Amino acid sequence: MTDIGEALTRVHREEWARVVATLARRIGDLDVAEEMTAEAFAAAVERWSADGVPPNPGAWLTTVAYRRAVDRIRRESRREDKHREALMLTDVPEPLGVIDDDRLRLIFTCCHPALAMEARVALTLRLVGGLTVPEIARAYLVQEAAMSRRITRAKTKIKAAGIPYRVPSREDLPARVTGVLAVLYLVFNEGYLASDPDKEAVRADLTGEAIRLTRLVRTLLPDDHEVTGLLALMLLTEARRPARVSATGELVVLAEQDRSAWDRDLIAEGHALVRACIAAGRPPGRYQILAAINAVHTDARDARDTDWSQVAALYDHLVRVDPSPIVRLNRAVAVAELDGPQVALAEVDGLPLEGYHAYHATRAELLRRIGRGGEAREAYERAIELAGNSAETAYLKRRRDQLGTG
Amino acid sequence: MAQYLISVLDDTTGSATEAEMAAIGEFNERLRADGHWVFAGGLAAPETATVVDARDGNPVFTDGPYVETKEYVGGFWIVEAPDFDVALPLAALASQRCNRRVELRPFLTA
Repeated sequence: MTDIGEALTRVHREEWARVVATLARRIGDLDVAEEMTAEAFAAAVERWSADGVPPNPGAWLTTVAYRRAVDRIRRESRREDKHREALMLTDVPEPLGVIDDDRLRLIFTCCHPALAMEARVALTLRLVGGLTVPEIARAYLVQEAAMSRRITRAKTKIKAAGIPYRVPSREDLPARVTGVLAVLYLVFNEGYLASDPDKEAVRADLTGEAIRLTRLVRTLLPDDHEVTGLLALMLLTEARRPARVSATGELVVLAEQDRSAWDRDLIAEGHALVRACIAAGRPPGRYQILAAINAVHTDARDARDTDWSQVAALYDHLVRVDPSPIVRLNRAVAVAELDGPQVALAEVDGLPLEGYHAYHATRAELLRRIGRGGEAREAYERAIELAGNSAETAYLKRRRDQLGTG
Repeated sequence: MAQYLISVLDDTTGSATEAEMAAIGEFNERLRADGHWVFAGGLAAPETATVVDARDGNPVFTDGPYVETKEYVGGFWIVEAPDFDVALPLAALASQRCNRRVELRPFLTA
């Protein structure tokens, strides 16, 4: 029995997106595709327990889901297009494997720019990731009914507006891939540093799911180096997770982390991906540069061994690709190590980031280092007010309280 | 083929400038040439509207728009496109040419 349970979990992970994607293309209805795939998995629990796992579980699930979908549509749309119905009935299920890009179609549809960002995230987790609505609702601390409405509304818009189920044209592809990566990175970051003080500081469910989905996208778009870059970035960030929050629930900053607790396998994989991007010799995008910065950090066995000139050079490069004030703020951290806190502070001051907690936290650290304790305290207070994550708030409070004794 | 309404959102009563009108004219020509054209038109200022309610059989006329808003529909296009991804860039072009925000909305399909 537990074998069946394990097999089902594995098959769910491996086949869910493929079954939904294949069905969605054949029947042209995301809603029915999702529901019938869920039903097929429910049927599998029963049948596989009795008869064992079939030799090709994905094909079994697709066939069962497809038959049910056809039954359903026949029942519901007798009055509708007879021709379409006849067409569907003669459509013999294709063997799995040759239609891999159905999953890409599904991903691009779920991440369509005409949908609200939160709808894209929810749809992607449900239709591509196979998470249940209660699971997604829990992850985002939203009422189940509200999350269900969000997903239903998105599916309704896709259908009514005629958002197509296809891979975008060549000229639209780069922008649309960027959109997909933004969704995946958002899921990862919400798991890595939850923005809500009532949530756990780090949630492995979301980071794990984001990594799994990014791996899938990389399988489907192997030549897109930004996808590879994002995967590397996630792996190198995830590798540090065991050292990131202390036993008392406080955030541990990079410089103070116990580097022996880092996940060496993830670091090795991340470094290999970064090397693959560099070897490709194409001008790197944002995610590849961020991954390279994280590769430099994870290369250092001790924080003092960090190659800060390399980090600063990579941030210079990133500023050219993405001249946002947040990038400039992060660059200043490397500048502080290279040229001292005074120079870094001059670069940080005046950045239009008044409402961003990391701006005040960075200023606080720099002010502390140059001995301007009173201003440092004010900056910590402001950062604490703005920070949403419980572990981060705990860290900032300790740093503030250390000022008095320093 | 699906049809989409592209409504032009406006917040001034001033009509389009000459340059905007010329750009809109070119855009319309392009819609016709590419087979997207169904209909388009500009609307007079909202103060010129009359609300008519004849639901109970006795028409009542009210002078002025049905709701006072800062923004209103100043004009619209109805375009035909095979799917949303074809309609979306048309809406982007429409916004650029008439120099106003637009709303893209699908018609219900039969």
